[in-house]
This record gives sequence, structure tokens and C-alpha cells, in this order.
Amino acid sequence: MANTNSKPGASDVDGHEPDRRDFIVVATYAMGAVGGAAVVWPLIDQMNPAADTLALASTEVDVSKIAEGQAITVTWRGKPVFIRHRTADEIMRANAIDSAELRDPEEDETRVQKPELLVVLGVCTHLGCVPLGQKTGEVKGEYDGWFCPCHGSPYDTSGRIRKGPAPTNLEVPPYSFLSDGVIRIG
Amino acid sequence: MSAEKFSNPVVRWIDHRLPVFSMLDHEKYDYPVPKNLNYMWNFGVLAGLALVIMIVTGIVLAMNYTAHIDHAFGSVERIMRDVNHGWLIRYIHMNTASFFFIVVYIHMFRGLYYGSYKAPRELLWMLGVVIFLLMMATAFMGYVLPWGQMSFWGATVITNLFSAIPFVGESIVVFLWGGFSVDNPTLNRFFSLHYLMPFLIAGVVVLHIVALHRFGSNNPIGIDAKGPQDTISFHPYYTMKDMVGIAMFLLLLAVAVFFFPNAMGHPDNYIPANPMQTPAHIVPEWYFLPFYAILRAVPDKLGGVLLMFSAIFVLFVLPWLDRSPVRSARFRPVFRIFFWLLFIDCILLGYLGGMPAEGIYVLLSRLATAWYFLHFLVILPMLSVFETTKPLPKSISEPVLATARGVA
Amino acid sequence: MRKFLIASVTAIAAMIGLASPAMSAGGGDVKLQAGEWSFTGPFGYFDKAALQRGFQVYRDVCAGCQGIDYIACRNLADLGYNEAEIKAIAAEYEVMDGPDDEGEMFMRPARPADIIPNPYRNDNEARASNNGAMPPDLSLIAKARANGPDYLYSLLLGYVDAPTNQDVPDGMHYNNAYSGNLIAMPQPIYGDDVEYADGSPTTPEGLSADVTNFLMWSAEPKLEVRKRIGVAAVFFLSIFLVMSYFAKRRVWADLH
Repeated sequence: MANTNSKPGASDVDGHEPDRRDFIVVATYAMGAVGGAAVVWPLIDQMNPAADTLALASTEVDVSKIAEGQAITVTWRGKPVFIRHRTADEIMRANAIDSAELRDPEEDETRVQKPELLVVLGVCTHLGCVPLGQKTGEVKGEYDGWFCPCHGSPYDTSGRIRKGPAPTNLEVPPYSFLSDGVIRIG
Repeated sequence: MSAEKFSNPVVRWIDHRLPVFSMLDHEKYDYPVPKNLNYMWNFGVLAGLALVIMIVTGIVLAMNYTAHIDHAFGSVERIMRDVNHGWLIRYIHMNTASFFFIVVYIHMFRGLYYGSYKAPRELLWMLGVVIFLLMMATAFMGYVLPWGQMSFWGATVITNLFSAIPFVGESIVVFLWGGFSVDNPTLNRFFSLHYLMPFLIAGVVVLHIVALHRFGSNNPIGIDAKGPQDTISFHPYYTMKDMVGIAMFLLLLAVAVFFFPNAMGHPDNYIPANPMQTPAHIVPEWYFLPFYAILRAVPDKLGGVLLMFSAIFVLFVLPWLDRSPVRSARFRPVFRIFFWLLFIDCILLGYLGGMPAEGIYVLLSRLATAWYFLHFLVILPMLSVFETTKPLPKSISEPVLATARGVA
Repeated sequence: MRKFLIASVTAIAAMIGLASPAMSAGGGDVKLQAGEWSFTGPFGYFDKAALQRGFQVYRDVCAGCQGIDYIACRNLADLGYNEAEIKAIAAEYEVMDGPDDEGEMFMRPARPADIIPNPYRNDNEARASNNGAMPPDLSLIAKARANGPDYLYSLLLGYVDAPTNQDVPDGMHYNNAYSGNLIAMPQPIYGDDVEYADGSPTTPEGLSADVTNFLMWSAEPKLEVRKRIGVAAVFFLSIFLVMSYFAKRRVWADLH
């Protein structure tokens, strides 16, 4: 059957039943497809965080030197973390309101390990800008916490969203007290 | 070319407006391929596969590489140690580079043996030589990127070749470096060009294929197909035959990548570049060794550089050096002997390129270089005139011998 | 023309084969002692106990002069240490961090993510402390020398008395595995230089083999997974080759 004009692939389908020898053709193509798919994964997975990036996932911070009413910003995983030593007044105001009324209901005490020390990620939950309110003299917004200037989201003294487009409260990163004055984030 | 040949309505709808399926179909079924191609005709497809592997792994490596002299070596080590599967991707890139050259060298020797460069395929051959030149430039710049000792000194030596040009040579070298030595600006531009050039290669490959499809593949007998009885469709016959070649290629590549990943590299490139100290014995990557031997064979700086470039340039004019009307070496008994001598000569040059330039090696390099040029410039034109060729078959499908005559 | 194909492949393989030892041998005049390594061959693996002992030799013997800049404490998990052990090992190192709020750099105990600190602040200090000879970094040394493992093993055991006709200048040492035979590094291993917890022999050969194992790991930490995937890949592709060959024969059978 030395024919060139007809399509041999098509005639096989129409002409005769696939037999064992046709099976091997299909199996070979299938095997090629499986092999091809297998090499795609490493090419994609290389974009996930590398081992050294994952290993740097914790930061130790000395919080003993933050004066009452002051705040510091530290870096964790390339993002700012706000650490505020809250005044008694700020703590009181954070607890004064009924959390059920909030957009993202959360009690203040579930957001802190020690009431005077608030640790939150300094990343607005709307679209990722860094809110103002860390430095003295910066706008803190109408709830005296932080204020995101990008799209106008004010946060309160517990870092909870009160108004504006942001959907959730400022995230509290995992952290633990290594000693009285030192925390480890991550 | 009607869209009705597709049963799937979506395919038909698209094909009516954008006839990509018709084009594919045309290549698969209507493009006539001589029925007698042997496994040597796998190497074009294999070279294409190697190019695709290089581009894909290269793009992925570039996501993790830092083109700065203080960080390049470390970023490559980070790929090898910390990036997910980074070691695998880099070893594939490294070894496929070598395999790419192996495949292309075989592809070229196949063309030489079967006279694939002869009319009407001169431009096809010349485009191939352009691809080869681009490959050499790309490979050279890629080898610089890890910023090891061989990277640095390879870059220094090769860029210094241009200083041999009279009057403007020094200025050209400073221009290439972007400074007064191989330094950060050099690394940055090499990275940029190393990323660019594979796409230029891909572009020339498209032209190469367009030129190929004008007259179709040459074949082991070297006579033109005389009709449908001499040809078969590309699919499924040559797709399947290429699949065998691809499987073999990937198997050998896997053996290299997984069990001998550094065998074709050089240990010194695992030492970070040190501009204050040259390694005792520097050599280029193995695929440059024949040309390196030609370069060193000449005691004159400019002469060596010119001769080395001539070794490639002579391939451009090859279709006009070999005027014999018979393509395939099967029917050229004397040519066949000289072909194998040239083959051995090239291997010898490669060996000599890796040896220190002293003693007997210098003399041998000169003889081998002389033979290389003698083959192309004297022997081939002479054979075109004096060789008595064997009678050619009447057609590809009929093994009956016709009276000896030209095929053009 | 199958002959042609075979000839080409063998010729190019021969060219690479001939050229690579020629390229890499450099001095070419020394004979290496071949060690017994668990990591060679397609099923090669690292002997974790040997790696741990080798790390101990590195710390007690080599680390005084030579850094290992691409190895972080966390990487020691490959040697079989658990998280707590790695933290304890890390804490034994002091690394520079900073600047702090006052702008000062300060020292603190290392954490698992930290690179094992180099004994010198920079190359100049390294050179100045070693009579002008720069002790090379050891992270990649097993790949940065031809026949790395055998070379390192031979070099460590190669400190023998110089032949009488060999003049050994001050600050140099005679070594029969080193190209040119004169090496700036003084003999590092004499035997019993360290004490092993597992009671393995601390002969010069034992110590040298252990530290060579460790250095091969530091140069190629992914060796085990590489070979494991390699066996699977070669197995898969071999079957693929056989199948595609028979599939090709099946398709071409139409023509005859």
C-alpha cells in the first residue's frame, strides 16, 4: 500500500479495526504526552519561593525600647510590620466599642498577646498600600489608628477596619515572646 | 484547501477565518517527502527540539539569575541549591547546549555527505550556516553568565580576538566591553544579547524551513523525486520516524543530565571569576575546539583570527566550490574518501584545540588546518572536474540503474 | 546510512572523551589515589554518618582558614540533623548582623538561615593571614577540581617527605598530589585530629575520606535526588524509545 494521496491516519479509522499494532502507536503518543507533562511541573514550580526565601521567614524584634504611645516599623518577609506600644487610652478605646458592629468583627483581646503591644502587618487589606500613622505627626485617620491614603481606609487603635473600601482588619502576623522585651515574628 | 475537510465545527469556523489548521494539515499530509530518508534526516527536527528546550529552560533560568558581577556566581549557586528544581533546569540547559552542537554538527556533516547544499538548495544551506554562527555567539555569551573563571577568561580571550583588526581593533574591544576590561557592563550586555539571540535563531530557522519546503528534502540517493510514487506524506511516516530519533536524543540527554552533568563542562568554572589570575590551561567549550585549534595554528594574531573566521566563511561559498552535478556521496567514490578524511580532520582539530599549544601539537594543528582548507578550496573543485561518478538510479522508487547522467 | 550515524556519534564522543581529560588535567603529572565513595554510580547516595563526621572534621580542622560560603546551617538537615540539633549547631556560631537602630553592626548567635560564617572578613584578610596565599572557599571545591573527590582525598594524604633533589622554600610544603608538588597549605590531617562520637577510625585515611564525603555533599547537595530522578527518567525514556521504534515499524508497514 504505497499510497501518498489518501490520509493513512484517516483510512485506518475507517478501514479496519485498531489491532494490537495500532495500540502501540496510540500508546507511544500517550507516553510522549505523559513525559511532556511531567517536565512542565519543574518549570512552573521554580517560581514558588525557594528554600532560602522560606528559611528567612522569621524576624526577632526588641520591643522593650518602644516608649508608650510610640510605634516602630520592622520588616518581615519583605513587608512592613507595625508594632505600637499603646497608651491606656488607646487600649480603652479599642475595647469600648461593640465588635459586632464592625465590618470584620474581632475583639481587641484576640488581636493582642499583651494589651499594650499591638503587632499588625502594615499592609492595607484593600489593595496592599502601606497605611499612614506610624510616625508622629502623620495622619492617623478618624479612629486614631492608621489611615490608608490610597483609597481612604481608616483603621482603629486595634488595627480594625472601620470605614472605606478595605474588607478586613489589618492582619496580625504569627509572633511569640522570646522574653519579656523580645518578640519573634514568623 | 477548503475548510470542509474538518469535522469539528469550531475548527471549521476558525479555519475559515484563520487558516492555521489548513496550513498544519498541508504540512502534515500534502507536503511530499522522499520515501527513502534515513535516520540522518532526524537531526533537523532534533536541532529544533534542542532550540525549544534551550529557550524554555533559559527563560526559566533568567527568572532566577542576577546579571551582576557580585551576584552572578552566587545566583547560579542559589539556582543549584535553593530554587525548586533549579539544579535540574540548569543542568538541562547546560547539557542541551552541548547536545545542540552535537546535533547540528551531525546535521551539517549529513548535508556535506549527501550534497544537500547543491542547487537548488544553496540558500537553505547558507541560512543554516547563519544559524550556526548565531549559535556560536549565543553559546559563547551564555557561557560567560555564570561568571566563573572559564566564563571570565573565555570572555576576555574571545573579545580580544577583535583587537587583531588593524587600526580600530582596540577601540572595538573597548566598545564590546563597555569599559577597559571584561566587567559588569560586559556581563549585562552579554545577558541581554544571550536572551535576544535565540529568538533571532528561531527567526532564521523559520526562513530555513521556508527554503526547505520550496524544493523539499534532499535524500540519500540525491536525485529529485519524480512523482507521487517517490514520496510519502510527512505524517504519520516521518512524525513517527522523528519520534524514534527524539526518544533516542532524550534518552542520551537524560543520561548526561542526571549522571554526567558536568562531563562536558570545565571544573574551573566552579571557581568564581578572578580578574587577577588566569587558570593555568584555558580552553573554550568543546564545540569551539576545532576553531580554536585553527586560531592557534597561525603564529600571527590577525592571521589566526582571519583564518578562523574563514573556516566558517568557506562553508558559505561551498555550493560554488563543489560543482559536481551528483549530490550524494553514494555515487561519488573519490569524494566519499575525502569526506571521511575531512571528518577525521575535524575531529583531530577538535582534539588539538584541547591540547596545550606546544611541541608536536602545534605542527599537527597546522597540518590539520591546511588540510581543512585544502579540502574545500582545492580538492572539491578538482573532484568536480576529474571524478568519475557511479551511474545514478532512474528514480527513488526504482532501484534500476540508469545511465550515468546529471540530476540537475 | 546507519554506519554514518554510528561513526559520527562515536567520533564526537571520542573527541569529548579525549579532550576533556586533556582540558582538565592541568598539571597532568600526578597520580591520584581512588577512594571508595558511596555517591558514585547511578544509585549513588550520601553516607549520612560519614557526612556528619566530615562536617566535624571541617569544623575542627579546615574551618580555621577556609570558609564554606554557600552552606547555611539549615542545609545541615541533609546530614541527618533534626531541627533542634541544627539550632544548637547554629547557636555555636556568631554572625554579624545590623546595622541596629544606632547604625552599629553587632554580633549575634547564628540562626538556621544564616550562612556558616567565614573565618575571615574578606579576601585580603584571608591572604594576609596565610602568607599571601588565599585559602580557597570549600563549598564547591569538589566540583572545582578535576576528579574532585579523589583529588581532595589524595591531596589530604599527599604530604610526604620531599625527595632530596626537591628544594622546598619557606612557607611551602611538599605534596605528591598537588600539581607542581609545592603547596602553601600546611598538612591539615595527621590522624586523631578529632574525636568521633561514633567511634569510627580517626586514621588519616578515615578523616580524609569523611571530609571528602562532606565536601562532595557541599558541592553537589542535590546529588541524591538527581540520581533518583535520573534512574526513573532513563527507565521511562528507554521504554519510550522501544515503543516508538515499534510504533514506527507499524506505521511504515503500510508502505511495504
